[in-house]
Amino acid sequence: MLRTEEFTLNMGPQHPATHGVLRLILHLDGETIVKVEPVVGYLHRGIEKLAEARTYTQVIPYTDRLDYLAAMLNNLGYVQAVEKLMGIEIPERAEYIRIIVSEMSRIASHCIAVGTYALDLGGFTGFMYPFREREKLMDMFEMISGSRMTHSYMRIGGVAADLPEEFYPAIKKFLKEFPSCVDEYDGLITGNEIFQARTKGVGVLSQEKAVQYSISGPTLRGSGVNYDLRKARPYGIYDRFDFEVPVGEKGDCFDRYYCRIQEMRQSHRIIEQALEQLEELPGGPVMAKVPKVLKPPKGEVYHEIEGAKGILGYYVVSDGTTKPYRVHIRRPSFINLDLLDEMCRGWKIADVVAILGSIDIVLGEVDC
Amino acid sequence: MESNKVAEQLQEYFQSIGNNRKVLTVSPDELIPLMYRLRDEYEFNYLTDETAVDYGDYFEVIYNLSRVPQGDILMVKTKVDKEKAEVPSVFEVWPGAIWFEREIFDLLGIKFTNHPDLRRILLDDSFEGHPLRKDFQWVGGREV
Amino acid sequence: MENIFVNISGSIRELIGVLGLPPLFNEAVMITVKVTGILLFIVLNALWLVYMERKVAGYIQCRYGPNRVGPKGLLQTAADISKLISKEIIIPSGADKILFLLAPVLIFTPPLMVFMVVPFGQNMAAVDLNIGVFYFLAVASLSTVIFWIAGWASNNKYSLLGGMRVVAQMISYELPMVLAVLGVVMITGTLNMSDIVRAQENLWFIFAQPVAFLIYFIAGVAECNRVPFDLTEGESEIVAGPFTEYSGMGFALFFLAEYTNVMLVSFMAATLFLGGWLAPFGLTIIPGWAWMLIKVYIMIFLFMWLRWTYPRVRVDQLMGFGWKVLVPLSLANIFITGVAIKVLDKMGW
Repeated sequence: MLRTEEFTLNMGPQHPATHGVLRLILHLDGETIVKVEPVVGYLHRGIEKLAEARTYTQVIPYTDRLDYLAAMLNNLGYVQAVEKLMGIEIPERAEYIRIIVSEMSRIASHCIAVGTYALDLGGFTGFMYPFREREKLMDMFEMISGSRMTHSYMRIGGVAADLPEEFYPAIKKFLKEFPSCVDEYDGLITGNEIFQARTKGVGVLSQEKAVQYSISGPTLRGSGVNYDLRKARPYGIYDRFDFEVPVGEKGDCFDRYYCRIQEMRQSHRIIEQALEQLEELPGGPVMAKVPKVLKPPKGEVYHEIEGAKGILGYYVVSDGTTKPYRVHIRRPSFINLDLLDEMCRGWKIADVVAILGSIDIVLGEVDC
Repeated sequence: MESNKVAEQLQEYFQSIGNNRKVLTVSPDELIPLMYRLRDEYEFNYLTDETAVDYGDYFEVIYNLSRVPQGDILMVKTKVDKEKAEVPSVFEVWPGAIWFEREIFDLLGIKFTNHPDLRRILLDDSFEGHPLRKDFQWVGGREV
Repeated sequence: MENIFVNISGSIRELIGVLGLPPLFNEAVMITVKVTGILLFIVLNALWLVYMERKVAGYIQCRYGPNRVGPKGLLQTAADISKLISKEIIIPSGADKILFLLAPVLIFTPPLMVFMVVPFGQNMAAVDLNIGVFYFLAVASLSTVIFWIAGWASNNKYSLLGGMRVVAQMISYELPMVLAVLGVVMITGTLNMSDIVRAQENLWFIFAQPVAFLIYFIAGVAECNRVPFDLTEGESEIVAGPFTEYSGMGFALFFLAEYTNVMLVSFMAATLFLGGWLAPFGLTIIPGWAWMLIKVYIMIFLFMWLRWTYPRVRVDQLMGFGWKVLVPLSLANIFITGVAIKVLDKMGW
């Protein structure tokens, strides 16, 4: 008689496809997944604790290190939360600049999501093309903030500096080229037969489950829930722009992936509109009048924005001193990872990678 | 927002319910029934965030609930004793709470009763103490 | 030009003949010379292919590829190899030491053995075996065992999974490959590769057996463990499959063996379907062996093109495709070929 038994495979923390230092304990029956145990925390730096010993402005660089692929969005969430706490109105010009850079950040993050997803499925060329566009965005971020990934560009009360002159031609060129680039991804990755065979019907996440488990971002919308905070509860000046929220149907890996592709097109639309409106504005300050030493009144605030990976929330408690009493960050990747086990059960090892890639996590954010 | 409305309407069912600056407050004993009501009657079907704060002599556990896809948000708070840091888990109402609560347990040491898998999540299993507590002292630097 | 290699071989034979040694010894020397020649060809070609692969990849991905070491980066592979040679070979604890070290050494043997019967040009097969095709099919599949040895000996779960995948994949793709080749053999009625090439004087078999060629090509890609069938390595899933634990030259040998296999499958495709050394359009100015190489390189380019375009299939999809599509298709091909041969025979072709 043959005796079979399950075995465990320790995938990560050093593994090419876990997007960083995620460790997955796979319980396998042959190649079929019985159970997945995600083990996180290898990149835990205690940012929430560190923030308690920093002034309000000094926390901004730490938010860069959360989702380092979309650092602008992380900045935005934090500074908006503190502004809400202090009741600061920021100048119009800064609002527009914030929208432009954060949507650029979203595109950059989705470029990585799409590219690495192709790589996870074994298509190396699909990885290179989105990175080409991301590189252009990185160059523009460097023009704006002097840094490619950890910008720390936003300040409480506005942004650090106005957009430089050379930024305008660069972004215009980018905006002109970008739609055809997305068409290229569609042709190279989305339309590929093998890619579709690998992703369609895999790792289905039902609408009810997604809502119950607090899933957010493209992962939630891929399941057919139309919940985008930019539309549902507009923050900043998002209500001034005309864009759609792409929604999937079946909630499989392909839908989640395709939501991102479509979101890139929508972000492109937002940037176009914002840039147009920004250029009509007269020049002016990009910082509100805020005191040098920030002392928010006693109180607390919870502010959510739509990050690249999902709902990014900042809970800031002030005790009236110059340092925040408590900063809590609701990190979308962390919560989205929760359901990995259930989505993977019954699929093969290769599908774990496919499903993980379709959730699009970044470990800096998961581990905080 | 609507926290005062909810508080008024539910006054007769929950003794401890209160409304303090747009935040619904409730005692831990009545938390779970309230949460069920909020989910079923008020359609707060989405737990956006759950966290806790150490206020020295007591903890506050904060729940942020949302309506999906309308996008309304409601904050619910409950006060927990420092000595007996125990709250019932809202896992049965929103299964998504499972990792939120593991994180709170890990960093603040609040026990969630009826939680199916209450282990440390971010820190090492052998770590002692809960770093986000205000009385946490990090002694020494590196291991000797 | 046409017979340059044949003439060289002839003069070497004469040179030894002058010494007046027993004929058996002469034969042995001749074989040694041929093996050395082929080995040199294989290794140099594999090195070139690594470079070519990277250049092709660079071209496909809108980048330059290697361009720093030597002119146009030509010495990049040499630099890589010398780096790998100087690396320590790490033997993981708990590994089967003998098998672990044996596997990368053995991995070159099956392709080398097959190359002995490949007709590089007219009268240019090192050994003109009259069951050449059968020999190719039999020996080439031996690499399965060596991959499995590597996977098993490494004492690593990823390696083991990779080894399992190799066995499953190679066996299920060996079958359609054999059946596809059978179509050609049925038409020619011979297993001798030189005779098969000669039989394509009027019509290349890619036109007489297009389905068989397609099946052969797909199965060939799977045999070489190349994308989209590179589940064995599947770097995003099982790290590097059987090669996970190999470092330094051990890894390099597996790497080179992959290219040797690609070359082998391409050579066979050129021989069986593309008319081997025969010149198309009567372009006999270019010698036969050069034509052979041109055809082989076209095939290799196809391999590379495929690799840098497609993602990887999943295990069950791979097996399903092999057993549910390729095997029935190749059987149908054999059946139709058989009927067609009989019918044409009756019609007096």
